[in-house]
Amino acid sequence: MSSFDSMKQSRTGALVGFALMAVALVLLPVLFGKGLGNTWVRNLDFAMLYIMLALGLNIVVGYAGLLDLGYIAFYAVGAYLYALLNSPHLVPLLQGTGLEWILGPSIWIVIPLAALVAGSFGVMLGSPTLKLRGDYLAIVTLGFGEIIRIFMNNLNHPVNLTNGPRGITLIEPITLFGHSLGKPLHLFGLEIPPLYQYYYLFLALTMFIVFVSIRLQDSRIGRAWVAIREDEIAANAMGINTRNVKLLAFAMGASFGGVAGCLFSSLQGFISPESFGLMESIIVLSMVVLGGMGHIPGVILGAVILVFVPEALRDVINPLQNALIDRKIISGKIIDPEVVRMLMFGLALIFVMLLRPEGLWPSKRRRAELHPKTDDIARQEKDSVADAERNHD
Amino acid sequence: METFIQQIVNGLVMGSMYALIALGYTMVYGILSLINFAHGEVVMIGAMVTITCINLVSSIAPGLPGSLVFTAGLLMAIPITMVLGFSIERIAYRPLRKAPRLTPLITAIGVSITLQQVAMLIWGRSPRSFPAIFGEDAPHKLFNLDVSITNIQITIIVLAILLMAGLLIMVEKTKLGRAMRATSQNPEVAGLMGVNINTIISMTFVLGSALGAVAGALYAANYSRADAYIGFMIGLKAFTAAVLGGIGNLAGAVLGGIALGLIESVGAGYIGPLTNGFLGSHYQDIFAFAVLILVLVFRPSGLLGERVAERA
Repeated sequence: MSSFDSMKQSRTGALVGFALMAVALVLLPVLFGKGLGNTWVRNLDFAMLYIMLALGLNIVVGYAGLLDLGYIAFYAVGAYLYALLNSPHLVPLLQGTGLEWILGPSIWIVIPLAALVAGSFGVMLGSPTLKLRGDYLAIVTLGFGEIIRIFMNNLNHPVNLTNGPRGITLIEPITLFGHSLGKPLHLFGLEIPPLYQYYYLFLALTMFIVFVSIRLQDSRIGRAWVAIREDEIAANAMGINTRNVKLLAFAMGASFGGVAGCLFSSLQGFISPESFGLMESIIVLSMVVLGGMGHIPGVILGAVILVFVPEALRDVINPLQNALIDRKIISGKIIDPEVVRMLMFGLALIFVMLLRPEGLWPSKRRRAELHPKTDDIARQEKDSVADAERNHD
Repeated sequence: METFIQQIVNGLVMGSMYALIALGYTMVYGILSLINFAHGEVVMIGAMVTITCINLVSSIAPGLPGSLVFTAGLLMAIPITMVLGFSIERIAYRPLRKAPRLTPLITAIGVSITLQQVAMLIWGRSPRSFPAIFGEDAPHKLFNLDVSITNIQITIIVLAILLMAGLLIMVEKTKLGRAMRATSQNPEVAGLMGVNINTIISMTFVLGSALGAVAGALYAANYSRADAYIGFMIGLKAFTAAVLGGIGNLAGAVLGGIALGLIESVGAGYIGPLTNGFLGSHYQDIFAFAVLILVLVFRPSGLLGERVAERA
């Protein structure tokens, strides 16, 4: 809401800021590519993917307050949907069934379809579990995520649908207006390599998802989600159909995940169940909580940090270790850089949460809750919590 | 029939280990309403330290009987995990006791990643094999049937029963147990009655970690190896078991653990023939989660849990 308030206050200022940001976002891959190398353009692509995922999970966890630990399953559904429809994998299976026409659909069909299918999975997961309380819900969603992964791992027998642990290869890149994103694009005498093209496509979709998130947040549904998060019984008493509204949160969140999955699949050209483990769900959840639950800029910040920091660590640790070996300070590779990277990630999660339990960039509401402005508010807040606890027991 | 009994035996062995670990989850949850996500990694550290200590003991004093070496290894591993459990609570959970509910979950995840990576730094990525201290562990025939059980498996079941009985007696009969129960019912009032809540919470973590270390050591002995990755899955299953039995309830954790072990083992044994080879035993892990979802949908409080009130 805050973004819109400030926009009303000074429209021109906001427009200038917006234009500057747009230029920066367009030039970003060029800066990254020239300054840091193509790996970083790739990291930028992944940052966009994770922003989409984190915003999707933010609807479920941040707005509606439903802790979902199996979110990556929807990402997997989107990824496998795209991969199956855009790779030669299903060709032998469909031969002679008259269904060959479903292969290689346009992305205008695949992306909405992925959103729809993932959304349906969201409803499938949501409908039996909505009665559950927070932690139980967390563990059921976790189980659901694992079930999806186990099926992906084993559905290569008796009908080879997912190709099991070996995954699906030779996935076609996205084709947009007759141009395949796998090939460099020549525009106004400039050559735009595939990674850059993907960036612009992902950026456009991320913008769209940010827009949808903002509109949802300020809508009747968004307010209903927040009401349910704060007090489900009270929300129900106010006439909110909590069941349907919670289902909608699951479906919306899942559909964002499905879209991101599609894009991941086309960018990678190869997917396997390994990419969709619980660790991924946990990383996306960490992005949401670390950034600031329910606050769009915070969630985006969380996603960007958790994509870039581990990558930057990879870039620092390896050369550092090599330099130390060169100077004969240490002999031989004593530590695995990958281990150090994850170790620092784990430690960072602990210490950031200890220092800022509300997240790095929390919403005003949340900050006000955790850091009351005056002692008076603090006392009121404490009293109401004590009241609630007494009634609860 | 003999296959069935064999699966029951295997299920009991697995289930006893799940139960020991589930107790650690359920004790913490009962007192703090917190999923101690790092508990699985404590179990893993317990397993790895036991292996290292056993190697150490048998290199210093070769020729000792296997059971003695195993006990020595355990007695070294248990204090280490106790300190670990204590520090985890102290560093990652205590400062956040008043924070939003999701925050300690994230630090728990952070602790769990950190422990796993530290284990990789110390022991490497590849599995460590459990030293063959028990010699040739030939399976016994049970009731003259074609059902076999090894010495290690018998040890697991007996040790698990002893520890669980000990814990239940401690919680029901001793002063510490009474303080723990009081804290889990209402920490504030327990504090007013002179219970030092912080000490009780630390004790809970220490006890849970000790049980976890034993479970980890038994796990390593049963599969004759362990690596830095085992904590995750076994922790997940044990948590499932705790929820299945009704989280916060000690007897429930034991029941849930054994039930989960049995369901998994019997299910994996029969899924092939039942579905005509359509689904194989590699779907074993699905049972745990499918059962969990079914139980939660039809009996959300778990098998023995009390009806949990809606969060106000």
